[in-house]
Amino acid sequence: MTLSLDDVRKVARLARLSLSPAEEAQVQKQLSAILESVALLKQLDTTHVLPTSHALFGETPLREDEVQPSLPADKALGNAPARSGTSFAVPKILE
Amino acid sequence: MSLVDLTMLELSAELASRTVSSVEATKGCLARIGAVDGKVKAFLHVDEKGALSQAEASDARRKAGKCRGPLDGVPLGLKDNFLTDGVPTTCGSKVLQGFLPPYDGTVVRRLKDAGLPLVGKLNQDEFAMGSSTESSAFFPTHNPWDLSRTPGGSSGGSAAAVAAGEVYGALGTDTGGSIRQPAALTNLVGLKPTYGRVSRYGVIAFASSLDQVGPLTRTVKDAAALLQTIAGHDKKDATSAARSVPDYLAEIDGGVKGMKLGLPREYFVKGMDPEIEAAVRAAAATYEKLGAEVVEVSLPHTPYALATYYLIAPAEASSNLARYDGVRFGHRASGAAGLKEMYALSREQGFGAEVKRRIMLGTYALSSGYYDAYYLKAQKVRTLIREDFSRAFQRVDALISATSPVTAFKLGEKVDDPLAMYLVDVLTLPCNLAGLPGVSVPCGFSGAGLPMGLQILGQPFDEARLLRIARAYEREHPFHQKRAAL
Repeated sequence: MTLSLDDVRKVARLARLSLSPAEEAQVQKQLSAILESVALLKQLDTTHVLPTSHALFGETPLREDEVQPSLPADKALGNAPARSGTSFAVPKILE
Repeated sequence: MSLVDLTMLELSAELASRTVSSVEATKGCLARIGAVDGKVKAFLHVDEKGALSQAEASDARRKAGKCRGPLDGVPLGLKDNFLTDGVPTTCGSKVLQGFLPPYDGTVVRRLKDAGLPLVGKLNQDEFAMGSSTESSAFFPTHNPWDLSRTPGGSSGGSAAAVAAGEVYGALGTDTGGSIRQPAALTNLVGLKPTYGRVSRYGVIAFASSLDQVGPLTRTVKDAAALLQTIAGHDKKDATSAARSVPDYLAEIDGGVKGMKLGLPREYFVKGMDPEIEAAVRAAAATYEKLGAEVVEVSLPHTPYALATYYLIAPAEASSNLARYDGVRFGHRASGAAGLKEMYALSREQGFGAEVKRRIMLGTYALSSGYYDAYYLKAQKVRTLIREDFSRAFQRVDALISATSPVTAFKLGEKVDDPLAMYLVDVLTLPCNLAGLPGVSVPCGFSGAGLPMGLQILGQPFDEARLLRIARAYEREHPFHQKRAAL
């Protein structure tokens, strides 16, 4: 499986990563090699196998939906790169 | 023997008999850090003030007859992916440089409640993605047994700090071997509990269906005591199991007589260090001598585990790491033209090469048109791997193998070859895919004097038996008594 540079750019866009041209070239090479190695899985017939999405063994009850105190706004905003009052500030999205 | 050479439980006994105070033990750790961490580079942050005030509080409790348990006053280190209220937490990443968590995770809360002074935060591969600490955004950690070599990873700082005598024990996390592999490379005991045994609330997520928290210690009993302190149901983690926690020390010296142990033939992989293979076979003979029956078993889908892991873990990581967008915390790029550009630039500047590689791989495996061929296929093979273990455990009580196919490798040796680096985890990651507990115990030294590890894998929630099996070996072969000369 060889990825094209266009594939790499499309995936980077989906992942919200702005890769440099040098990184694009390196990722293209390394991802292609990794995809080639994972192609090994195609050897296995899994037509009648159910997927495993987690490794739980049961016994994971849901808690009661009770009101609990939450972080005070100032603490929750303590790491904000930019804030406005009790909100996180971001660049304008509408002109 | 100096104070820093004691095990956690030995220090506990000294504290109980008042021959030493928690403040003295904590100052001993800080002095040792001052003396050797310039070479080892295990710590990302030393919380001298916090640790000493926790130690003072512990000594005051003891004086008042209000000691909180066996580990009250025993200084511990934490991998830097545990959220610690007001104490810097980076997860080895520039994207979290300067981040001050607004709360303690459940495990940290439990450690504080049990009275353990928390000495600081330990280096790791960035977002726990790596097997050598070389993907840390800050610096690699050096193996106390040979400073030109890696201590393993991703919990390499935790391993190196304990092996160097900078702390009495440490916590790490294990997604594909990140506790057991560094333990093996540094002559320590490393335990990955069953998925669901220990809460992950307040632990920075890498791959949520695989991540688990566990101890790195000098002895099996220390690992048992530390697991005792952190295990148990947590309402704040929907994946934590509501199952009672047994007394992990109660029968730890019970031996292996009458047990049946399996030697998976697929775990003697191509490229494995022959000295390690010989050590594992010798360990099997030790168990036979101690009264266990050792039989060869087969886990036929083992050759597919690495590929399965390297689709599932990056897929989950690409989703978990979506939160680092420069909005609420973490690095934000300046000068972006709009919101989308701010996301992309912040992530580009904040993440290192390995993290970007895995985000890209995971995003690709989950993307429209490729989901069935990659992610879903890997989940189906995961089922086959799980079933292999279930079948084996119908015949045997536990499995034994090498932890890592190689001893500690040179820093820089594999850093440009991701596939070679991934191979280091080939014997540890099937256990994470199946959610099972596993422990690594010191298994001797190579001709070059580098530590080797024996891995024991068990059935769900069977940690007590795993520790008992590990302890039987440790008692017979006390390799753990040898310390790195620094």
